[in-house]
Amino acid sequence: MTQFHTATATASTPVGGLNSGLFEGAQREIRSLRDETIALTVEGLNLYYGDTPALKAVTMQVPTHRVTAFIGPSGCGKSTLLRCFNRMNDLIDSCRIEGSINLKGENIYARDADVAELRRRIGMVFQKPNPFPKSIFENVAYGLRMQGVKDKRILTEAVERSIKAVGLWDEVKDRLDSNAFGLSGGQQQRLVIARAIAIEPEVILLDEPTSALDPISTAKIEQLVEQLKEQYTILIVTHNMAQAARISDYTAYMYLGELIEYADTMHLFTNPSKKSTEDYITGRYG
Amino acid sequence: MTTWWKSGSPWVWLNAGAVSISIIMVFGLLLLILVRGFGNFWPHQIVETTYENPVTGEQVEVIGERRRSETLTGQALREAGIPIPDDQVLVTRHLFKLGNRDLTGQDFAYFIDDFMGEWRYPRDITVLERREWGDFLGTPVRLIEDGQVVAEGEALWPEFQKRLARSNRLFDEIRQIEREEIGNINFRLERVRLDQRRAELRGTLTPELEQEFVSRRAALNEEYAVLQERLRNLSAENRRDAIVMRAPNGEEPTIRLEQIVKAWQPNNMSIPAKVAFYIDDFIGFIVGYPREANTEGGIFPAIFGTVVMVLVMSILVTPFGVLAAIYLREYAKQGALLKTIRISVYNLAGVPSIVFGVFGLGFFIYLTGGAIDRTFYPEALPAPTFGTPGLFWASLTLALLTLPVVIVSTEEGLARIPASLREGSLALGATKGETLWQVVVPLATPAMMTGLILAIARAAGEVAPLMLVGVVKLAPTLPIDGNFPFLHLERKIMHLGFHIYDVGFQSPNAEAAEQLVYATALILVLLIVVLNLTAITVRNHLREKYRAEGD
Repeated sequence: MTQFHTATATASTPVGGLNSGLFEGAQREIRSLRDETIALTVEGLNLYYGDTPALKAVTMQVPTHRVTAFIGPSGCGKSTLLRCFNRMNDLIDSCRIEGSINLKGENIYARDADVAELRRRIGMVFQKPNPFPKSIFENVAYGLRMQGVKDKRILTEAVERSIKAVGLWDEVKDRLDSNAFGLSGGQQQRLVIARAIAIEPEVILLDEPTSALDPISTAKIEQLVEQLKEQYTILIVTHNMAQAARISDYTAYMYLGELIEYADTMHLFTNPSKKSTEDYITGRYG
Repeated sequence: MTTWWKSGSPWVWLNAGAVSISIIMVFGLLLLILVRGFGNFWPHQIVETTYENPVTGEQVEVIGERRRSETLTGQALREAGIPIPDDQVLVTRHLFKLGNRDLTGQDFAYFIDDFMGEWRYPRDITVLERREWGDFLGTPVRLIEDGQVVAEGEALWPEFQKRLARSNRLFDEIRQIEREEIGNINFRLERVRLDQRRAELRGTLTPELEQEFVSRRAALNEEYAVLQERLRNLSAENRRDAIVMRAPNGEEPTIRLEQIVKAWQPNNMSIPAKVAFYIDDFIGFIVGYPREANTEGGIFPAIFGTVVMVLVMSILVTPFGVLAAIYLREYAKQGALLKTIRISVYNLAGVPSIVFGVFGLGFFIYLTGGAIDRTFYPEALPAPTFGTPGLFWASLTLALLTLPVVIVSTEEGLARIPASLREGSLALGATKGETLWQVVVPLATPAMMTGLILAIARAAGEVAPLMLVGVVKLAPTLPIDGNFPFLHLERKIMHLGFHIYDVGFQSPNAEAAEQLVYATALILVLLIVVLNLTAITVRNHLREKYRAEGD
């Protein structure tokens, strides 16, 4: 296993080379995982659908309060990997997992792990906005209600705080009781993010959150991700390389179920160490 | 030709043809029911004429309503021994409703046109709808009160109307006492008897308790005696008036007004009067109780029984079907066993309904009902309470019959809920059960309603199994009344479908029954439409509520 997770770039590496245009005006230094607090550790993760391997020996560390992006061609396993973090793959009968994922030192695949509790700590937002057939208020309050919170005051506060956090408050404050299906796609997606942060998770998983949205909504979500990383550890799967470059701190490139390269985003996009990565990010792939 | 064939037009024609034939058949059926059903209540003109019996040459007076006419070949009648001239090819004959069953023994008769005299429509011909013996057709002669003549000629009709109204009021009062008040007392007497028997069986019958039962019974009997006295008085009062009518055969029978439901002179009615009469008759048919072995009167108990049975069935089948479907779709491990179960459930829908009836009779009524009686109603034995056909068993049998429909629809509804919604809920830390009840099931409610709609349509029209498990020709009481527990699940009920069968095919008076059958069928169809429209409205409301954007 190569040591790609300890990015070799140093603080003094100048921005240049490939794709430097993406980072024009960027005023930051190349980060290294060695300096980060680690939220999630993946070790030797293999995943099979029946007999077909979908993830092969994935080992990586995800830093706290950073945005980590997963890129790669379709079918490379990036969404599958993301769904491993909150054990969404448990729902698939034929799915089998080896290896471990540690969240702050606890193996989430341990025999006695509480899956519902895990999912409260690691929230998820999906590709297509999926509000529940309930009011806006009840959508955001859903997670808390599932935890047994009945106090109207606590619920109201949590709902207001979450909706404000995603910048939707001014748009919906007068119609919290109307059906969430009445919102636009972009609003729905932000509502879904509000729903996820209402239960105050530690990690948020975003599975191509903007692929079903128009450019303006996409920009709003990206902006939101920037803000949210102050409080949450964010993992995002995206097809859009420019998006990965814009919003992520670290990027993992995956291909055919393997983690090919994982480093600081700026470093990965400008000085990829693997030929496969370079082909992909320069659009020579496929 | 080849190009036409290749263009796909034959397919379009074939499909459109299939649709047209289906539509024609459905609308044809509905039209027939509508025309015949609604036509039943119109007050038709009454003909007065003479008829010369072609065989005996005897001349008779005829008063009757022409029901229909048909054309026959002269040959056929000649062969039957009726002297039709040899050169006459076609002969018309008319079916007349004559009424006066008690005088002539013949409610309907055929008359050959050639032997009839002139048709006249005298304005004073009166139809009396009697509580027994069907209609009387004739002319009123005089009105009598306690044997004394009070009105004749011109003054008769208005006075008669007044007195008939009074008589009907008295009759309603009598029936109210009989049905409600005496019925109540009987119910309470029966309860005293059962209480006493229960105490006896348990060995808790002390002398004081027995004394209490005696006094309770005495109080009820006293109440009964008072009512009995009132009834006697009312009946005596109601026997006061009578009318003498002249029948076409010259007889002049005296008919007491208490025997008459309604009287009208159709030849003397204007169109608005006929319309008013029609509406009144139609309403009377819906809210009235059947008389004379169901061949006369209304069908209210049958409508009521059908509705209550369908509602109880819906209450039974919905939770069963929905829970079963949720288990099959959401929890059960998909495999060979589940596939077998699912195929079995689907095939349940193909089992002949009479088999369900036999099963209901054997398993529900004799086995389960018998056990219930022995456990909970030992005091009523040997008379069965639940161990006999009744509303509950009829509803349960129908619930079983319609279960596959509800299960299939619900399963399809559940399968259509996008996985993303389930995942969204699970990702928030909800358990599978919470996800199901909070997100998945509410979204599947329109599909469940669809299942229920199909179930209602099937159940309301079902007859065969019901004959075995709780529907009777004539139920003495309605399944809902003012006595605790208000809904009496053990009672037998009447049912529109069975009513059609009974009136149409078990009645001695087939000609009279025909129109009632159409009218009853019409009501049944309307009832199913109303029940379905209600369910569809609820479903559309739910759909609107859970409509996803871009869905």
